[in-house]
Amino acid sequence: MALPELKQTTTEARLASLSLPTGGCLEGARRAAISRVQTTGLPDRRDEYWKYTRPDTFTAAEAPKAAVFDSGEEPMFDSFDRIKIVFVDGVFDPAASDDLTLEGVSIERLADLAAKDIHWSKDIYGVLEARGQSPVERPLAALNTGYATDGVVIHVTGRPSKPINLVYRHQNDSSDAILHHVVKVDSGAEATLLENGPAASRFNHVMEIDIADTGALHLVRAQGRDHELRTATHLFARLGRESVFKSFTLTVNGVLTRNEAVIEFLGDDAIAHVAGACVGDGDFHHDDTVFVTHDAVNCESRQVFKKVLRNGATGVFQGKILVKEGAQKTDGYQISQSLLLDDDSQFLAKPELEIYADDVACSHGSTSGAIDEDGLFYLRSRGVPEAEATDLMTLAFLAEAVEEIDGADIAASINDRLYGWLARRR
Amino acid sequence: MLEIKNLHVKLEEEDKQILKGVNLTVEAGKVHAIMGPNGSGKSTLSYVLSGKDGYEVTEGSATLAGEELLELEPEERAALGVFLAFQYPVEIPGVGNMTFLRTAVNAQRKARGEEELSASDFLKVVREKAKTLKIDADMLKRPVNVGFSGGEKKRNEILQMAMLEPKMCILDETDSGLDVDAMKLVADGVNALRDEGRGFLVITHYQRLLDHIKPDVVHIMADGRIIKTGGPELALEVENNGYADILAEVA
Ligand SMILES: Nc1ncnc2c1ncn2[C@@H]1O[C@H](COP(=O)(O)OP(=O)(O)OP(=O)(O)O)[C@@H](O)[C@H]1O
Ligand SMILES: [Mg+2]
Repeated sequence: MALPELKQTTTEARLASLSLPTGGCLEGARRAAISRVQTTGLPDRRDEYWKYTRPDTFTAAEAPKAAVFDSGEEPMFDSFDRIKIVFVDGVFDPAASDDLTLEGVSIERLADLAAKDIHWSKDIYGVLEARGQSPVERPLAALNTGYATDGVVIHVTGRPSKPINLVYRHQNDSSDAILHHVVKVDSGAEATLLENGPAASRFNHVMEIDIADTGALHLVRAQGRDHELRTATHLFARLGRESVFKSFTLTVNGVLTRNEAVIEFLGDDAIAHVAGACVGDGDFHHDDTVFVTHDAVNCESRQVFKKVLRNGATGVFQGKILVKEGAQKTDGYQISQSLLLDDDSQFLAKPELEIYADDVACSHGSTSGAIDEDGLFYLRSRGVPEAEATDLMTLAFLAEAVEEIDGADIAASINDRLYGWLARRR
Repeated sequence: MLEIKNLHVKLEEEDKQILKGVNLTVEAGKVHAIMGPNGSGKSTLSYVLSGKDGYEVTEGSATLAGEELLELEPEERAALGVFLAFQYPVEIPGVGNMTFLRTAVNAQRKARGEEELSASDFLKVVREKAKTLKIDADMLKRPVNVGFSGGEKKRNEILQMAMLEPKMCILDETDSGLDVDAMKLVADGVNALRDEGRGFLVITHYQRLLDHIKPDVVHIMADGRIIKTGGPELALEVENNGYADILAEVA
C-alpha cells in the first residue's frame, strides 16, 4: 500500500540525508531495517501512537540547532569507579575513554563490526527491534538500525566488578547522532550499565538487550541538562527465565524527549522494572511510551513514572501491559503520576491493560496533582521555609521512582541532581 | 508566654464556625492541659496557632511573648518558638529523617540570626537525644515517618521538639497510640524540656498521660470554647464521670 504523500516525502527526505554504513555481518540487518522504514514511513502527527507528541523534529532531514550548555559542574557518575566510554556528538572518543578490558565482560565498538563477517551480535542487532515493530510500529528505531554510525556491543559473561558508563558529550550545536547498542547478558551473569549526558543536538538512541536465563542487567540513564535537546530513545529487552532487568531514566530539561521501552518476557519467573523521573520547566515535552508483553508464567513487571512539570511543560505517558494467553500468575503494576506546579502545565496519560489470561494480578493508576498540602505544612511548621519545603515535597513525590534504583550511591546522585534543579528555580 | 484572646475561627471553604471565642493564657514554665469531647475544636486551635491553611480568624488574637502570631507564616511562627506535635504526623517519602531535622534546626537558627550547627555537632546532639527516646540509627536514616509505627511517629515528634527547643510546645494527643512504656518515654522527653522559659499546652483525652506530665492547669473545651478551667483534679473528674456533668453545669 502506498504511503500518504506527505509521509512519503518526509521519509524519503530523511533517508536521503543519511548514508548506509556498509560491510560486515550487520549489513543485512541494516538493509532489512531500511526497507521496514520504507514500508511504514516515518511517524507523523496523524499516527495514533504519536497523538500526544509531535515527531516532526525527529523526522526532519536536518537536526534543529541546540545550544551547548555548560553547567560548570562535575558530570554525573564522575566520582564512581567505572569503565568510561565516551561519545562526543555521537562519535566514539578513544582518547577520552578508558581501556575497555574488564573481567566478566567484553566490550566492542559497533563501528568495528563493519570489518567482521561473523559476530554473536548478528543474532540480536535489529532482531529485537524488528520484533518490537508489532503490534505497534516504531519506525525511528528501524531508522536507527539502518543508519547507526556507532555504539557499543557488550557481552556480559560474568559479574564485572564495576559499572560500564556510556558518557555522551554535546559539543556541536547542530550535531545529529544515531547510536545503537547491543547488550547480551549470559546465564547467571550480572552487570550495571550507566548512561549520562546530552548526546547531540538531536539524538536517536536504540539499545537492544537480551538477557539469558538467570541473568541480570541494571540500567540507569541520566539524559543531559541542555535545554534544546531532542532525544528519542528505544530500549528493547527480551528476558529469559528468572532473569532481571531494571531500568531508571532521569530527564532534566531538553525541549523534546521520547523514551520508549519494549519489554518481552519469554521465560518464566522473570522480573522487569522500568522507571523514570523527569523535571521540566517551560519549553519541555517529555514522553514515556512503554510496552510490556507477558508471554511466560509468573513474571513481574513494574512501570513507575513520575513527572514534575512547571511553566507550561508537558508530560506524556503511554504504557501498556499485554498479558498473552497462558501467561498465568502475571504480576503487572503500572503507575504514572505528574505533579503540576502551575495551571499551564499538562499531563496526558494513556494507561492500557490487555489481558488474555485469567489468573493474573494487574493494576494501573495515573494521576495529576499538586503538592501535598499536609506534608508542606508539616515541614513549614518545623521552620523550613516554604520554597525549600516545596522542593522537599517535590522530591518526596519523585521518591517512588527513584527508589526503583538498586544502588544507594547512584540513587543519591540522582537525588542531588533533582534537588539542584529544583533549588536553582526557587 | 502564649496569650489567646476571644479567638473566633471559621472554615475558609464553608460557613462553619469552629472556635467561638477561646480565651487562654499559658504562662512560661507552666503546663496547661486541654481536654474535651471529640469535635470540640482542640486540634483546630492547635492548627490555627501553628498557621495551617484553610481556617479564617474572624475575631480575636493570639500572641507569643507579646508577638502577634496570626499574621505570620508557619515557618515564622516556628522560628519564634511555636511547636506542634501533630495528632497525625505526616509521612514524607524520599526525605531522610536526619536531613529533615537538620534542615529544620538550621532554618530556624538562620531565621533567628544564629549560626548554623555544623554537621558533626548536629549529629552528636541528635544521637544523644534519639537515644533517650529509644529511636535507633535506622529510624533516623529512614524517610520521615515512612513505615514508622504509630508509637514511633509520636516519639519522632518528641525528638523534633527536643532538637528544636521551642518556647511554646503544643502536643495534640501525643499519647494516642502509645503503649505503656512508650508513654513513659514520651512523658520523660517532655518533662526533660520543662523549664522556666517554656510553656506547654497538652491536648489529651486521658488522665494517664497527665499522671506522667503533671499539669498546672486543666481546661475543658466544648463546642469551640473553654467552658471550665481548674487544677489537676478537673482531669480526674473527667476520667471518672465523663463530660456530662460539666456540660450540664455550664449549659
Ligand atoms: N478542614 C475541615 N473541614 C471540615 N470540617 C472540619 C475541618 N477542620 C475541622 N473541622 C470540624 O471542626 C470540628 C472540630 O474539629 P477538631 O479536629 O478541632 O476537633 P477535636 O477537638 O480535635 O476532636 P478530637 O478529640 O476528635 O481530636 C469538627 O466538627 C470537625 O469535623
Ligand atoms: Mg483532635
